[in-house]
Amino acid sequence: MMMHESQRKSIRVDLQIIANMIEPGTRVLDVGCGSGTLLDYLVHFKQVDGRGIELSTEGVNACVSNGLSVIQGDANIDLKDYPDQAFDYVVLSQTLQAMNNPKAALEQLLRIGRHAIVSFPNFAHWRVRYHLGLRGRMPVSENLPYQWYETPNIHFCTIKDFAVLCKEMGIKVERSMSLDHEGSAIRRVDLTPFLANLFGEQAVFLLKG
Amino acid sequence: MATTTNNNTPQTEATIPGLQVCLAREEPVRLDCGIDLKNINVAYQTYGQLNESKSNAILICHALTGDHFVADVHPVTGKPGWWSELVGPGKTIDTDRFFVICSNILGGCMGTTGPKEINSETGKPWGLDFPGVTIADMVRVQARLIDHLGIDKLFAVLGGSMGGMQVLEWAAKFSDRVFAAIPIATEARHSAQNIAFHEVGRQAIMADPDWCGGDYLSHDIRPHRGLAVARMTAHITYLSQSALHRKFGRKLQERDVVSYGFDADFQVESYLRHQGITFVDRFDANSYLYTTRAMDYFDLAGDYDGALANAFRDTKTRFCVFSFTSDWLFPTKASREIVRALNAVAANVSFAEIESDKGHDAFLLHEPEFFRLMAGFIDGAAELHGLPRRED
Repeated sequence: MMMHESQRKSIRVDLQIIANMIEPGTRVLDVGCGSGTLLDYLVHFKQVDGRGIELSTEGVNACVSNGLSVIQGDANIDLKDYPDQAFDYVVLSQTLQAMNNPKAALEQLLRIGRHAIVSFPNFAHWRVRYHLGLRGRMPVSENLPYQWYETPNIHFCTIKDFAVLCKEMGIKVERSMSLDHEGSAIRRVDLTPFLANLFGEQAVFLLKG
Repeated sequence: MATTTNNNTPQTEATIPGLQVCLAREEPVRLDCGIDLKNINVAYQTYGQLNESKSNAILICHALTGDHFVADVHPVTGKPGWWSELVGPGKTIDTDRFFVICSNILGGCMGTTGPKEINSETGKPWGLDFPGVTIADMVRVQARLIDHLGIDKLFAVLGGSMGGMQVLEWAAKFSDRVFAAIPIATEARHSAQNIAFHEVGRQAIMADPDWCGGDYLSHDIRPHRGLAVARMTAHITYLSQSALHRKFGRKLQERDVVSYGFDADFQVESYLRHQGITFVDRFDANSYLYTTRAMDYFDLAGDYDGALANAFRDTKTRFCVFSFTSDWLFPTKASREIVRALNAVAANVSFAEIESDKGHDAFLLHEPEFFRLMAGFIDGAAELHGLPRRED
């Protein structure tokens, strides 16, 4: 039942970037942890005390049957149950854009965790701009695979939008990277904000409240 | 394992096989009602071997009408143990790896001290003179048994329904002695609806003239009819509407037309009558009264200023909470309350709601997803507890 070592070593690059931001031996909550790929990696290679919340039954079942501590729950509702500063890191990977109230969610993440790590698809990527600007269509790509009428992603933002929101909320951005969906072309958002916002398909932000 | 036979064991029913020990010989157990109980007989079963470091013990807590015959043939009914699908060599609770203990609860009727046993002070069955017991009292006695077995810390405590209440009680009151807790299809306090169903059952028993004000054993009779009705009512609450429909629909019992009388026309009636009649062979009516009452009184938060989270503050125990989609007696909502309380103290908790249309009974049945998740949780916990891995 346990995951194979080789499976563990090859996690998606954006997850690897998140994992690199996490100090070993810390307490981590992965919000929307899916089938537990990142959590499993962190537990086994970074010896973290890891927990997860996942909405889908399949995800929860995969996690728990793999020995991970995951509850079936809705991040929109259940984050408020956790005490202040209960974790060193709260991870929200590719989920922010699907939340009812991303701003409130960010507040919760930084209330529960000393740090928050947030990754999200960048709606200002050049291909998205091309779809919208030239073709006049909502973008559908490998990274954003849904049609507008069926997408769970109800709150898209750009890297710039997100950086502005952090500033407004007084959140300190400790690290921020943009990358394409294959994980190459990694850029530091703080050094090359314009290029990051144009060529980054997604971004990973390490935040402190 | 030293087994103590006790001279006070009554012979009112066929003698029950299995292990038995007399506990609290010196130091009585202080019950919630204030009474000190001494010389408590506890009937129990064990499966597998306790390892050298005594770190592989799993305590199973049985439900209202369960007993300690978890994984072997029941001495009265001749049926397989109530959790034999889950517990056994190579099974999810693998008795090749773990030392599994299950004891009959205080107030029970399968060998542990309860209302049908002889009160050594009077030489007569306790009957209604037996002190009122609570879930906490049951757990206190279990803790004495674990002491007796020389075990400091249990690797896991698990149970469903009333068994789950005991798991929560263990985790709250003996948190240092529980590495992992698995409360299944349970609740941290008995709901008004559930108290109401229990009251119907109790009234059915007490309305039976053969109950004799609780003193039926002295008259050598049993309130079979009342107890059977109590069981029939309860049994409905263990099933879901869809499970009942799937199993019976409106099918008639061994007839083509209705009888225009009150015989069991429908299969579902016949089934319930069968459930009632077979139950009375293995269960004591007064024990049913006492045990349902213990469940009614259960409100774990009540011991912690009304805040359930306080019951688990600073807990090191790992939890895995299960509920079942069609269980309306102990619904998912009740499990979520437990999970919420555990989250509020940042406890290590897993929670899954298992898809099943079999109602509350689902926890006793072979639900592959449930077993798979349980195995994953146990294997993960075992690794952290330094126990050897499952052999593939």
